[in-house]
This record gives sequence, structure tokens and C-alpha cells, in this order.
Amino acid sequence: MLFIFCFGLAAKLQPQFQAMPLSRAKGDILNVVLGDSRRLFANEFYVKADAYYHSGYYPTMFDDNAAFKTAHMAEDTGAVNSKNKGDEAGFLGPKRNWIDAFSRHFYPDHHSHLDEGGPTDELGKSDQVREILPWLKLSADLDPDNVQTYTVTAFWLRERMHKVAEADAVLHEGLRNCPGSYDILFELGRLYDESYHDKDRARNVWEEAARRWNNLSPAEKQENPFIMEQIATHLAKLEEDAGNLPRAAEWFATAQKVSRTPDAIQVQINRLKGKLGEDFNPLMKPLY
Amino acid sequence: MRNIFAVAGVVIKELYRRKDFYVLFIVTILICLVMASVNIFNDAKIARYLKEICLLLVWVSSLIIAITTPARQIPAERENRTLLPLLAKPLTRLELIVGKFLGCWLACGVALLCFYIFFGALSATREHEWPLLQYFQAVMLHWFMLGIVVALSLLGSLVFAAPSSNSTICFVVVGGILFVGRHLDQIALTLKEPVRTIVYSLYFAIPHLELFDVRDLVIHNWPLIPWTYFCLALLYALAYMTVFLTGACLVFRRKAVN
Repeated sequence: MLFIFCFGLAAKLQPQFQAMPLSRAKGDILNVVLGDSRRLFANEFYVKADAYYHSGYYPTMFDDNAAFKTAHMAEDTGAVNSKNKGDEAGFLGPKRNWIDAFSRHFYPDHHSHLDEGGPTDELGKSDQVREILPWLKLSADLDPDNVQTYTVTAFWLRERMHKVAEADAVLHEGLRNCPGSYDILFELGRLYDESYHDKDRARNVWEEAARRWNNLSPAEKQENPFIMEQIATHLAKLEEDAGNLPRAAEWFATAQKVSRTPDAIQVQINRLKGKLGEDFNPLMKPLY
Repeated sequence: MRNIFAVAGVVIKELYRRKDFYVLFIVTILICLVMASVNIFNDAKIARYLKEICLLLVWVSSLIIAITTPARQIPAERENRTLLPLLAKPLTRLELIVGKFLGCWLACGVALLCFYIFFGALSATREHEWPLLQYFQAVMLHWFMLGIVVALSLLGSLVFAAPSSNSTICFVVVGGILFVGRHLDQIALTLKEPVRTIVYSLYFAIPHLELFDVRDLVIHNWPLIPWTYFCLALLYALAYMTVFLTGACLVFRRKAVN
């Protein structure tokens, strides 16, 4: 009788338990076993991916890691603002004693990136950057709210592995978990532009990313102006290629407002204004 | 020498009669095969994560064998009351210690060979290459590192009361050296005297087992270690094996066996 009662009660309560917002019954095994502590491991695996990007040559907590504040695998995508300072190749420092000098022959001892051929500098093997993907995938599974994991994964899948469909799927999964993320929208726009050559979709996605960034508070905008510069610059180039020069100049002006190198963007604006002037007066010929 | 090899042979036979090695080997194979079956963005060539997981399991398993096998040698002989009859034969205490060490070390070598053959086969299925010289260097360095651990555990079995306490202390010491040994000098600089001097002395006194951990070089396909440094590392290991074995012989010489 007691067994039947317990069974019936469990059957009645189980759907309600699964529907509860904080229930860990739904989700994969990592979510069920680890709960929220999985986010602690997510960052470790993200850093592990960067260590793999360097073929194992990576600072420990005892070394100088000022040049590794921003993961190089993220920095090389061109969509992340770098906070790195100092010598990335010399974090080990000078040899401290004979044991330290001897031991450097037994672990990775010089800086390299997998997409540049790794420790043997074999440029033909730049697709070895695939080796970072398992750790990025694990990091994304453990912390689905980390936007950078999706953008970095998608970039390398598209750029070096030529797996555009998989990169598309990763970015859409990122948008499902982080709705409206301008970083992911920017990367999606790059995918449409550079891989699918679908300029219209790229424009739509980038403009949506710009709108999302503009809806941020001033304090939030101050935290990440770099991505807006990238969005505006890419839109400007898209409009320029489409022959829409006034619109391109407007986007360059938007980029100039958030850029750390406004002079370089002013050169682009001046160039476009010059072209606009020639188009307006095609019959004007130089005097000399 | 014949007596030494006879004792060593008994230890090796004991390894393959016990379940320890088989359990560890099968668990390693199962975990690696499960990890290998994961689909990562439809790319079948990704290999390094698998190599890392496999090598980690090989190192953990080999350390378990290297610490627990010698830890129970002398205590087991004492418990079974076979120690006195052994020493009553023309077998000196020195020969017994060296024989036990050699048996444990060779047993670790046989186990390592099986693990690394599996590792080589697994990585070949993904990378389609066999860097045999690199594997040879990794296996030899690993084996010689285990020799230091075996000698340390054998010394511990004569010093500590029970195999369990000896094993625990050896695991803690070996784990500490592997994780922190390389950085002890940097840690010493952050401390005040006299602790700084103690830690610095410890840094130069301990066997730097992390020297022999060349997993990163194997996983990421770095070039070979220069042979000069490779041979010097083996000599370094032999020196520490000699130190610990000498200590074990000195302790055992004064120990009552009844």
C-alpha cells in the first residue's frame, strides 16, 4: 500500500517538478550533476582552449600573465578588444637557476599560434586550430551565457576549418541562449558577408547589432566601444562596395565616435567625401 | 645477481596475478573509447584532447601502481612471516631490497608499455602517424620517473607503520612535486626568512619529478628533446633512485624482522 502510494505521489509530482524554473531535472548530465558550479569549470576550459592555441606554451598562476589577459584565440578573430600588455613570448622570464634552465627543455618553451603553423611554423598545417574546438564546445556547454565562446568557435570553424554550416549552427545556438547579443550578431553578419556572400542579410544583421548596442546604457557602452567600431566599419565598407557612399560616410562617422583611432577613420571619411565630390561633378577636369 | 632477479621475478608475477593493473587498464580503455566517440563539429581529425585524456589516465594509473606495489612488498612479507625464511636463505638484506625495487620497477615498465601501446594506437587512428622516437623519449622518461617513485615508496614502507599511510604520504608528496615543484623557488621569494631558506633548500633537495612529465610535448607534437638533455635527465633519475635505495638499505639493515 505504501509503495503504491509513493509511486502515485511521485508520478503526480514529477511533471510539476520538471516544469519548475529552477529545476535541474531538465538539461544535460553536466547541468544535473554540477548545477551552477559548472560555470566555474567553463572558464577553465576556455583558458584550456587558449593553451591549446599556443600548443601548451601558456603561463601558470606563478608566471607573468599580463600578456594573456585576453585570450589570443579571441583577439585574433578581430572582434574582441585586447587587454594584453607586455611580452607574450617572454612570460617565463630569464632562467632562474640550473634546474629551471634544464627543465625548459622538457616543456613547451616558445610562443606560437596554431593558425600560424604551431611550434614548427608549418603554415600548411594552420587547420590544426581544430584542436581548440573540443574545449570551446565544453566551455559553451558548461556556461551557455558566455557570448565570446560562441563567436570564437564560429570564427575558427568558418575561417580555418571551412565548416560554415557548423559555424552558423553555433551562432544560432548562441542567439538562442543569449538573445540579442550584438557580439554574436556581428559574427553572424561576418559569416553571411564573407562565407555566404549574402550582403543583404549581412547588412540586416549588422544593423540589428548596431541597434542593440545603441540601446545600451552609457556605462555599458563605455565598457565595449570596440565592437560598435567594428560593426560600423563593416557596414561602411558594405555600403561603399554597394555604391551607397553617403550611407558609408555616415557609418564611418559613427565608428569615429567610438574609435580609439579617430584620425585613421577620418582619412576614410575624407576619401569618401572626395569620391562623392567626383561623382557629383563628373565633368570637372583637373586644371593641370 | 641471480638472487636479485629471482626476487624481481616474483614481484612481476605478483603484478599480473593481481587485478590492479587489469582494472586500471580496462578503465583507461573504456574512458578513452567513450571520449573518442564524441562528435565534435563533424571533424574526425581532432586528436589532442583525446591524447591528453589518455595520457592523464596513463599517468594516474602508473602512479597508483608505482606507489601501491612497493608499499606492500616488505609489510606483506612480514605479515605472511616469509621475511625471516627469505633472509635465512643466502639472500642478503641488500639483495632483497634491490630485488624488490627491480621487480616493482620492471613491473611498472611492463604496465607502461601496455598503456603506451594503447595510447599510440589511439592517437594513430586520428593523426595517422607514429612519432616513435618521441614516444620512446616519453616512455623512458616516464619509466625512470616511476623508478624514483618506486624507490621512494620502498623507503617509505620501511619507515612508516602501515602500507596505507605510506601510500597516502607518497601520493601527497609525489602530487605536490608534480604540481608545485617547478615553482617552489618563485614561491620561496614571496616568503620571509627563515621559511624562505627552508623552501629554497627544499626546491634544490627534492627530486624534480615534473621534469619527466613531457606530456605537453607529446600532445602538441613538439620536436624531440635534445638527446644530451634526455640522457642527463635519465642520469638525474638514476642518482635519486640510488639515494632512496641507499636510504632504504640503511634503514632495513637496522630493522628487526621478527
